[in-house]
Amino acid sequence: MTMLKEGRPTAPQAVNDADTIPATATGNRALMLEEALIFEIGSTDTTGVDFADAPKVASRLGNLARTDGIGLPGLSEQETVRHYTRLSRQNYAIDLGLFPLGSCTMKHNPRLNEKVARMPGFADIHPLQPQSTVQGALAVIHELAAWLVTLTGMHSVAMSPKAGAHGELCGLLAIRAALEARGDARSVILVPESAHGTNPATAAFCGYKVEDIPATPDGRVDLEALKARLGPDVAAVMITNPNTCGLFERDMKTISDAVHAAGAFVYCDGANFNAIVGRVRPGDLGVDAMHINLHKTFSTPHGGGGPGSGPVVLSEALTPFAPLPFVEKQGDGFALVEEETADEHHASSFGRMVAFHGQMGMFTRALTYILSHGADGLRQVAEDAVLNANYVLRSLDDVLDAPFGGSGPCMHEALFSDKGLADGFTTLDIAKGLIDEGFHPMTMYFPLVVHGAMLVEPTETESKAALDQFILALRSLANRAKAGDEALKGAPYFAPRRRLDETLAARKPVLTWTEPALAQAAE
Amino acid sequence: MRYLPLTDTDRQEMLSVIGASSIDDLFVDVPAEARLSGQIEGLPDHASELAVERHMAALARKNLSAGEAPFFLGAGAYKHHVPASVDHLIQRGEFLTAYTPYQPEIAQGTLQVLFEFQTQVARLLGCDVANASMYDGSTACWEAIGMARRITKRGKALLSSGLHPHYVSVANTMAKFTGDVLEHESPTLDAATDIDALIASIDKDTSCVVVQYPDILGRIADLTPLADAAHAVGALLVAVVTEPVALGAIKAPGHMGADIVVGEGQSIGVGLQFGGPYLGLFACKQKYVRQMPGRLCGETLDASGKRGFVLTLSTREQHIRREKATSNICTNSGLCALAFSIHMTLLGEKGLRELAVLNHGLAVQAADRLAQVPGVTLLNDSFFNEFTLILSKDARDVVRALADKGVLAGVSLGRLFPTAPEIGNGLVVAVTETVTPEDIETLAKALEEELA
Amino acid sequence: MSRYFTDEHEWIDVAGDIATVGITDYAQEQLGDIVFVELPAEGTTFEKGDDAAVVESVKAASDVYAPISGEVVESNSALEDEPALVNSDAEEDGWFFKLRIADASELEGLMNEAAYKKFVASL
Repeated sequence: MTMLKEGRPTAPQAVNDADTIPATATGNRALMLEEALIFEIGSTDTTGVDFADAPKVASRLGNLARTDGIGLPGLSEQETVRHYTRLSRQNYAIDLGLFPLGSCTMKHNPRLNEKVARMPGFADIHPLQPQSTVQGALAVIHELAAWLVTLTGMHSVAMSPKAGAHGELCGLLAIRAALEARGDARSVILVPESAHGTNPATAAFCGYKVEDIPATPDGRVDLEALKARLGPDVAAVMITNPNTCGLFERDMKTISDAVHAAGAFVYCDGANFNAIVGRVRPGDLGVDAMHINLHKTFSTPHGGGGPGSGPVVLSEALTPFAPLPFVEKQGDGFALVEEETADEHHASSFGRMVAFHGQMGMFTRALTYILSHGADGLRQVAEDAVLNANYVLRSLDDVLDAPFGGSGPCMHEALFSDKGLADGFTTLDIAKGLIDEGFHPMTMYFPLVVHGAMLVEPTETESKAALDQFILALRSLANRAKAGDEALKGAPYFAPRRRLDETLAARKPVLTWTEPALAQAAE
Repeated sequence: MRYLPLTDTDRQEMLSVIGASSIDDLFVDVPAEARLSGQIEGLPDHASELAVERHMAALARKNLSAGEAPFFLGAGAYKHHVPASVDHLIQRGEFLTAYTPYQPEIAQGTLQVLFEFQTQVARLLGCDVANASMYDGSTACWEAIGMARRITKRGKALLSSGLHPHYVSVANTMAKFTGDVLEHESPTLDAATDIDALIASIDKDTSCVVVQYPDILGRIADLTPLADAAHAVGALLVAVVTEPVALGAIKAPGHMGADIVVGEGQSIGVGLQFGGPYLGLFACKQKYVRQMPGRLCGETLDASGKRGFVLTLSTREQHIRREKATSNICTNSGLCALAFSIHMTLLGEKGLRELAVLNHGLAVQAADRLAQVPGVTLLNDSFFNEFTLILSKDARDVVRALADKGVLAGVSLGRLFPTAPEIGNGLVVAVTETVTPEDIETLAKALEEELA
Repeated sequence: MSRYFTDEHEWIDVAGDIATVGITDYAQEQLGDIVFVELPAEGTTFEKGDDAAVVESVKAASDVYAPISGEVVESNSALEDEPALVNSDAEEDGWFFKLRIADASELEGLMNEAAYKKFVASL
């Protein structure tokens, strides 16, 4: 059997230190308020919305009127505001402090972007309005597309993918369409072991067999092993650059040349574009397709897990196969090229990926961010992101193992491992300790190639003072974990919840709320 | 640069800690030929908040927003009134600027919302379980087809002619690469849906039948016979709902035997936004939960015995299964799910039903009024808040002409089905609570002039 | 009855032409809390080395390979409701499936208990 994945404790040991903390009758603790579920506090007879009286008409519902109780509780407006405000306070967020989640680029979300996205001219237009009534929206897409193409030095961009993984899919579909167009069926995609999980998942979805590319001891793609594996069955190589170990792939151009010589394509996972924007153009490195997570590099809000947006920049070779629809400048105006007109000059498109035109609400935010920074500001973004990461790396590498600390400067993120922690202490303990210190933990146990990985990405929007406080916290935790401080294993103590039992959740999944009487009867 | 806090003094101090003499030293691993010496040419420098706002506002003004005109567009995206508190609450930084809840001790806000959202969606669609959302309705629809393939181990899906044509396009794109066989035809202008034809086409190779409810022309039909026919040969019924407000008035697909119900949740809490971001709804029967794509939130206990929530069953997902995952999806549409959930909580069952009755009442009034216009015939016997008119000339030309007069009349079938000119005179008209009696009269008059 | 072990951490009990297959105690300990086991349907036939079952902890899904060729005659339905059996009793009640052995010669070359213990100690 395979046992490649690292296990970590997923069911906590019971804690019993309640005797030292006085209980309250409500369970609340001053500003930390417990909040019940809407199903427990709401009722189906309550509503927080008033409507005009409906006209009296004979129903045309085809005898399908819904007569059963739906079971949707309502709250008054005041109760609603309070419910969600209380819940919001149980979340950590960038607005509260440093959020060093490696590979995720949690940078400040400027509020101008939010204001612009809510302008009625953007927020309140329908995707199927006649094109004469949405010229400003098409102009936004076109203007953002021009920036992305220029910043990456690529030939074109497909704007419609809905998120990074959706962008990967777009890139691989374009590659597959290009190969099929030249009658060259290939079956294998090479992916480094350190890649994001979406890479192999996407490749497999597109019908490809996935093979690992080994890494060198210094944390980069093993060029010789890659060259040796290239052949007529390889469709593409997927490479993350800067890679998930936080290192720039020095041999990228050589890799691209070798891949092209073998008749294959280079897909670049652009999740880490933030580190090089304005300083390096992927187009100069021989990349054929790369998705750009607008929610990372261009600071559209993560929103507790999406929505994202993942435009894909394409080389000249892949451009004819890009998806529909796209925006084109025609004369003084802009036109949307859809299925109807595609045949005229985009007949090779692999087709449509989403119902409409992509994440317009993210395009307005990203363009606002880009215009605010300008070419000079974006270059500064990359420089400060890399500077901050190296500062963290060199301020901690005496107390934490930095497996690639000797491989040169890191890019936008610093990678540590659990090597040297006392017996029985893990990356998880450090992560949970950071919660008590008032920080969101770093990315843990990724990339998979490093044991007990801790991946720290501070981003450029953190001040030196914020970094120093974070370094202070992480140094303290590293020292406690090395000294075997048992108290650390109970962390977090001060969060809204102690460690949660993921084993219980997975063994007996409770995915929706059931009235207690029904739940009991079912047992 | 207003978003970058480091000063030049900070930078110098930090470089000395690092042991580098300049920033360029940190980019030594970039090969010289790929390193840009100066900034990229042809792009402007940074700009003040005021200047950027002016630029973007000027672009926004070039669009005719739905609120500025009599507005009747639907076909997969609907204009509804979103209460002011919804947008206020989703802009709380703790929601807006949080990440995926991978650290549950400090993400209970997001997680409890997802648990409530999953329950709301499951109940609305009439299913046992729902996930934490997908990108949008079209991608959720494709994921449902893939899930049916995994469950039935068959590769032929029948797509109703009443399914949104863009959803069909998305499925066709994906099927080219996965090898699924999809059967689909453009709709005809009949009052009845194609359910009988679908039933006749089901065979032992069918993985699923995909049917939209109400369909792209606004028609409503009982799905029970279709579910029975599918189940009789071991196939699944996938129902697609693009207007969830309808389910405040008409039976839920899950209660008519649908195995998987997907939908576009944009109608509730999420604005039009020119097509995205939207909110894919995805629900199914309990027995299929391990074949479901996307994130799931589940209830559990913490170490001190308190109730809490975590992401669960994640072994289905890409970051663990990698090439064996049920889907490559990595995000959900979190903030849109939050908006949906808040709006649904404000409505409650009482409000949702009132909203549905109001939509239907106005739509009936509009349909009857518009059908009086010479050259206009109402196609539908049944509908909720959207119906199809058959005009005496090409509807696409009519829509464009009316837009020039400041009336956004609806979605022409020519726009939706460019390869089916025989239905080009069809116009799909949506009427929500945002439409006033004056708007209906304006549209009727404008159509009268245009068709005269 | 004799028990064999593989270097993929599976054990096989052979009784007549029926082989009972499970994962070893060492394996369950490495995987941590088992939350779900996906078992093969009766009647499925495997070549040696095919993916036969999946065992899931919260953060990992691991494939269990068919240690020898054969046809599945029974799966351990008790694991559906109580996957924790794999943790509490991996080498008895926590068995996965029974195979009708297609080629008994495939058993040659597998480890006995002593050899497996030595193998584990070397990891």
